[in-house]
Order: sequence, then C-alpha cells, then structure tokens
Amino acid sequence: MAIDWATVEHVARLARLALTDEERERFVGQLGRILEYCARLDAISIEGVPATSHVLPIVNVLREDLPAPCLSRDEVLAAAPAHEQGFFKVPRVLEAE
Amino acid sequence: MAPSVWESARALRAAYAAGTLLPSQVIAAALDRIALRDPKLHAFLHLDSERARQEAVEWDGLYAQARRNAAGDTLPPLAGIPVAVKDNLCTRGVPTTCGSRILDGWLPPYDATVIARLRRAGAVIIGKTNLDEFAMGSSTENSAFGPTRNPWDLSRVPGGSSGGSAAAVAAGYVPLALGSDTGGSIRQPAGFCGVVGLKPTYGRVSRYGLVAFASSLDQIGPFARDVADCALLLNVIAGADPRDSTSADVPVPDFLGATDQPRHGIRLGVPSEAFGSGVDAGVAEAVRAALDTFDNLGFRVEEIALPTLDAALPTYYLIAPAEASSNLARYDGVRHGMRDGSDDLFEMVTRTRQRGFGAEVKRRIMLGTYALSAGYYEAFYIKAQKVRTLVARDFDRAFAQVDIVVMPTSPTLPFAIGERVDDPLQMYFSDIFTIPVNLAGLPGLSLPCGFSAGLPVGMQLVGRAFDETTLLQAGGAYQQATSWHLRHAPEA
Repeated sequence: MAIDWATVEHVARLARLALTDEERERFVGQLGRILEYCARLDAISIEGVPATSHVLPIVNVLREDLPAPCLSRDEVLAAAPAHEQGFFKVPRVLEAE
Repeated sequence: MAPSVWESARALRAAYAAGTLLPSQVIAAALDRIALRDPKLHAFLHLDSERARQEAVEWDGLYAQARRNAAGDTLPPLAGIPVAVKDNLCTRGVPTTCGSRILDGWLPPYDATVIARLRRAGAVIIGKTNLDEFAMGSSTENSAFGPTRNPWDLSRVPGGSSGGSAAAVAAGYVPLALGSDTGGSIRQPAGFCGVVGLKPTYGRVSRYGLVAFASSLDQIGPFARDVADCALLLNVIAGADPRDSTSADVPVPDFLGATDQPRHGIRLGVPSEAFGSGVDAGVAEAVRAALDTFDNLGFRVEEIALPTLDAALPTYYLIAPAEASSNLARYDGVRHGMRDGSDDLFEMVTRTRQRGFGAEVKRRIMLGTYALSAGYYEAFYIKAQKVRTLVARDFDRAFAQVDIVVMPTSPTLPFAIGERVDDPLQMYFSDIFTIPVNLAGLPGLSLPCGFSAGLPVGMQLVGRAFDETTLLQAGGAYQQATSWHLRHAPEA
C-alpha cells in the first residue's frame, strides 16, 4: 500500500501533529509497510459478519441521577499549563478587529 | 528474621502476623535493594520512599496491636506488603507520566480505582514503574525516560509495555506489581522476565484512572512470582465499579481460595498454528515439555484449531491505533501536561504534540487517524472490527471443546536492546499470541515454563470469559509440580 508525502501531511493535520521533514519521510515508508501488512485482511471473507466494537454485552449503563462530590476546580486547574479566573487559558482564537 | 527479598506476599503477610518480621524491615530492604540495583535496571520512574516508610511504620504498630488483641488478626490482606504500579495508573499527588514527555510533571488529582483498592487492602505502594510511552510497545524501549533492562540479562529487553513492573518483580524488589495489557503488555513481559502475569477478562477490573490507550482492549492485571500471589492480588483489584461503565457486574469468586483447590478433568487445547514457523525452537520445546507435565498431572491435552490466529495482528494494528488516536486527542497542551507556547491555537496544539510525543506514539496516532479517515474507514476500521468477530468466534469454538487454550506467551526469547527499534512490524510480531486474547476479551495467564539459552520462557493459558479461576487452578497445579518459578534472576 503506497502512502505518499501528501497523504502523510493530510493525516498529520487531521491528527494535529506537526512533523519534521525527517519524520514525514520515515512515516511515508513505515506506514506504507504497516498498511500493506494490514491489507492481508482482504483475503478474509467477512460476508454477513457483524462488527465487534466491544466484547461485553453491555448497553446503556444507567445510575441514579444524584449529585455527588466531584474533583476540586482548583486542583484540576493546578495541572493546566495556563489558567485564569477559573478557566483554562489558551491562545486567542478570534482575531481582534 | 532478616527479610528475604524473594518471599511471597502470602509468606510476608503471615510473618507480619506472627511478629517474626516487621513491615518497616521489608519496606526498608526493598528500598535499599532498589537504590543499589535500579540505576542499572531502571524499573522505576518514581519512588514514593518517604510515604512508604511512614506507612510501614504505621503497619508495624497495627500488627503489634493486632497481636495483643483477643479478636486476632483483622488487618487487610495486603497490610504492609510492598507493591509497585505501572506509571499509567493515576496516583493522586504522585507523578504519573505514562513514560511520556507530554505528561512530565503532571500530578493527577485522583486515584485510579485499583490504587484506591490497593490502599484499602493495606498495600504500601512504593513507586511507579517504567513503560513504553502510553503503553505502546513490546520492549519498554519506547519510554521517554530510557529503557528498562531484563534482570536475567541486562543487555536484553524485559518486554513491554509493562516492562518496569515485570522487572521489579523479577529482580526481587517487590512480590507484587500492577500492569496493564492491551495486546500483551502484562503477559509478554511476564514471560520475558520469568514471572507470573495475568490479563483478566475485559471488564473484570475497573479501568477508572488507567490512562486510556485502546479502551475496548485495555485491562489492568497483576504480576507476581507465583500463581497464588497473583490470585491474591486479583482478589483485591477485581469487581464492578460505578466509575467504569464497562466494568462487569459479575460475581467475584475467591481466586486465592480456588487456586489451592485441586480440580480434575481440565481439558487443554493446543492450536497447531501457535507452534509454526516464526516460533523459536527453544520456546516451542519448553511449552511442549510443559504440556507433557500437564499430561502427567492428569490434564487432557488435545489439538484444536484457531484458523484466524494469523489475522489477529493486522486486525489489532488497525483497531488499537484507531482507538488510541481518539484517546490521545486530549493531549493538546490545554488541560494538563506540557505546552509548547505559541500565539496561535492550532500551532500551539500541533507543536505541543510534536514535542511531547515519541516516535511510536506518533506512528500509532498517524496509523489510527488514517484508518478512521474518510475513504478508509470502511476498508480498514470496519473490516478489522468484523475480523475481530471471527477471532472471537474461533475461541468460542475452541471452548466448546476444551477449558483452556495453551500457547507460547511470545514466539521468541527476550531480544537485545536496540534490536527491533527501527522495525515496527518486527516489534509487533512479538505479540502475535497475546493480541488475539485481547481482541476476544478473554483472560490470559502467563507463567514461567522453562529456560532456553539461560533466558526465561513463558507459556500462556487462555480461558473462557470470567473464568480466571480455571487458569489459576491449572497454573497452581503446574507450579506444584515444577520449580521454574522458584529460580531467581542473577544478582548483578
């Protein structure tokens, strides 16, 4: 399975990964080889076979909707690289007028 | 009595109760041994020495009190026992890095459920063990903080991703440790390090506070030096948890009690596919000899077929990276961990991830993102999920015929450090016999079954869902009859 430079660049953008040229070069080869190996699955007939996303027959696990203590806001924010007035702080998203 | 570093948790517990040994002596001996040996071995990423010493002294007092008490010993099952835990289990206020730069310095604000259960059981958690970054790897070489070495041969890998926990038990640091297993990450290092490791049935143990890699496959489990200790630790961590909706609400038997119960008529199935090409002759020989031992013990050994065994590996390398790419999207430099500063949000996120993640994690995020992306989703991801069904059906058919499927844990002996780092596919092959078990959600027990070229060989017993008991009984019977598990790694 051939993976080209542009595909790697596209997938990296979807994955929010900045890659160096050297990494991009390496992934073109390695991802191609791994996907080629995965293409072996094409030889297996899956006619009428359902997909398994999860092995347990569990659906809709419900509990009483009761208030309970949660993590302290200060402790959670303490782990953030930047915070202000009780909020996570990130670079400006909207440009100023 | 001077504490022996090779004592089982059960023996330590009994000696504490009898007053022949103090928890503070054992914890001090463990920390001394780690200080002496771990600069070379590198099983630990973080030691919680002060707290461990303090807790041990408290247990000294509580045991003394219990001996004076007419009611006898009512202390919890792991009171004063040193335990090591993999560094992808959240420990409140104690660093939890997942072997990644991106979480360097993070202090979780809560304990994983298994950590809370360990503490309630009296365990003294002495530190956090090394792992492949985010549990992605089979050698512990993908840790951002340097590899762990195999206690049997320091030039070789301990396996992975829970290599630190396996090495800590094999090196005589601690009798018990916790790891996590997504495609073999408990069983394969247990095999490589000559210790016992169990991946419980998916849903048997709460995943709350286990940093997620592939959520439909991840499971926490115990390491120990013998099967009974492994059962003891499983007793402590097993059971439903309202904080993990995928933890199963099924009865939890007394695994330790059951391990001592002899059971007759257990049928073992051996898939011929697991002894084919690619399996090291020394490994095949040791597992075949173990099957002879089982035969002599009165177990019935028969051939079975697992025709999709070969398909499991490519299936896994689509499903696990797909789930990982989604789970690891949360590392964006916003809520926890490191940030690579920039005035632009998109650039801040992509640069944080560029600097924070290592090569294997990036590779799997890329692979998973590709398999989930428009145009490839059906052909790769959905296809893999359908083959996953076929893998599970293979096991269903096998378990209509036998009670346990026996395979080598890994096709090869522990390989040399550096040998496979540049060849991801070659690295992935070391999990060909463990991966199908995660895909089917079944329990798998790895135990030492011999040596080849001076290196330990592990055999894997796979059981029906929620039937860890049969595995532990078979493993217990095997260890009664053999002494591989009593051999210790050399003092280096």
